[in-house]
Amino acid sequence: MINVIFLTSIITQEIYYLVCGVLAVLVLAGIFFMSKVKTAVLGNRLSAIAMIFGIILVIVRYEYLLKWVLYASLVVGTIIGLIFAKKIKMIEMPQMVALLNGVGGAASGIVAIFAFLEIGADKSVFTTTTSLVAILVGFVTLFGSLVAAGKLHKVLPQKPVVLKNHQLISIILLVLMGAMIPLGVICSDFAIFFLIGAIVFSTLFGIAFTIRVGGADMPITISLLNSLSGVAGAIAGLAIGDVLLVAVGGIVGASGLLLTQIMCRAMNRQLIDILLGKTTVSSTSASQVNVPVTESIEPHNIIDPIEVLKNAKRVIIVPGYGMAIAQAQHLVKQLADKLIGQGAVVKYAVHPVAGRMPGHMNVLLCEANVEYEDLYELDDINPEFKDSDVTIVVGANDVINPAARMAEGTPIYGMPILNVDECSHIIIFNFDLKPGYAGVPNPIYTRTHGVSLQLGDAAKTIANILSKL
Amino acid sequence: MEIILVSIFVVATIIGYFLINNVPSLLHTPLMSGMNALSGVSVLGALIATAEAMEKGYVVLGGIFGSIAIILAMINVVGGFAVTDRMLKMFVHKGEKHD
Repeated sequence: MINVIFLTSIITQEIYYLVCGVLAVLVLAGIFFMSKVKTAVLGNRLSAIAMIFGIILVIVRYEYLLKWVLYASLVVGTIIGLIFAKKIKMIEMPQMVALLNGVGGAASGIVAIFAFLEIGADKSVFTTTTSLVAILVGFVTLFGSLVAAGKLHKVLPQKPVVLKNHQLISIILLVLMGAMIPLGVICSDFAIFFLIGAIVFSTLFGIAFTIRVGGADMPITISLLNSLSGVAGAIAGLAIGDVLLVAVGGIVGASGLLLTQIMCRAMNRQLIDILLGKTTVSSTSASQVNVPVTESIEPHNIIDPIEVLKNAKRVIIVPGYGMAIAQAQHLVKQLADKLIGQGAVVKYAVHPVAGRMPGHMNVLLCEANVEYEDLYELDDINPEFKDSDVTIVVGANDVINPAARMAEGTPIYGMPILNVDECSHIIIFNFDLKPGYAGVPNPIYTRTHGVSLQLGDAAKTIANILSKL
Repeated sequence: MEIILVSIFVVATIIGYFLINNVPSLLHTPLMSGMNALSGVSVLGALIATAEAMEKGYVVLGGIFGSIAIILAMINVVGGFAVTDRMLKMFVHKGEKHD
């Protein structure tokens, strides 16, 4: 205790900035180590350590050592966080991340409300402006994330909910949100009304924005909310003049933005469309395209899957979210082990948007004991399809649909896909033959050579094949 | 002061952007949950604001909202780092067995 009090006296402004700088570098180093699997654990821990020191620094610098409320809150939050982290299943990661995004946005929003009321910040135009922006972003993040997490956790309907004039409502809410900032600065006598207005309008916008997002657009939405939670923190940091908040919030904002870009590219979507609510791909698009309607397809086995698998030397497995829904990861791994046992080389082709958040499929496969070295990214695996003996598709549809290369005018045209159709033998374990999320029929299903369709619950169909091998 | 803060924001964003560009898509989920944990950095602001609110005499309101903010931010920090650690160990553990 004596030591700590001694420290207090020596934490001058200069030392404080110096320590903040060191901690920010520590966080950046942590991210640097996250780029390799072997060093990633270390990287994550470095960031965590930086955060712990950040908290200690604040407590010591402001001499809050005797405020028990702060400690109690820190402990309660820690316990709840640990329970969350321990209990969550890997397939539930997207909703966990969505929920945490929201929680972070809420915390930043509350800090900004305090700053707006001149608590923790001095009154100035800069403070009023930044705190209002942080409140807006924070509450959009909170309510957007709550809706997203609710949808992912199936508490809310997963189908996109589109209101009448949805786009117009979104734009009006955005304008109202924007209007709160200059009004709050100019009419400072009625500031409290604009504070309430900012909270209400951003809440409504957050809900309006996410309520119309469907399942497969979730990776983009979650990435964007992740970015916003960082931005909210950074701007709240501007309002209260805290260096670490600004730096770390900026890093998180950049990370989320980058992932959003990657997801948009992988799904062939424009960010602005998502923001303005054109999140669902038109469901009528199937009829506009000259591809045979799917109902007419008979489940067919042009090739004998057992025969093909027994003779296969080079195998590529393409897992989709359908595999995760069927909980078939472990069976897929068993099938792969069996093939490896008979001398085949098995690789997994993972599309960037397979799953419900960036990189989700990799985590699910690693959980099923698949080696991470066997997981291949789109660009690395695509040249190998044509030389492979067999490609096994499990619960994937849009990401293997060659219409993305051929059918101009369809929603997925131009989207990067896995070139499964170049493989001579394809075995598909999908639930049914309905078009995927994008609503475009898949020509592979109607192919007259080299295809075997195993329809129904993937867990059952794979088990069936396994028993015959 | 304001200019310094804004430039810190810009610089951190740019450096962060380039560092994160190096993270393979294999690790995007843990990256995101780790970033998530970092966005709980607002716990620092929550600590400052709560203490100041209570000192200024808003003991009840400041205490309630401040505690909520601290608890929420802490859930974010601890939950995020812990679940990222759990996930990454899943990756590395397999890697070691493989060697």
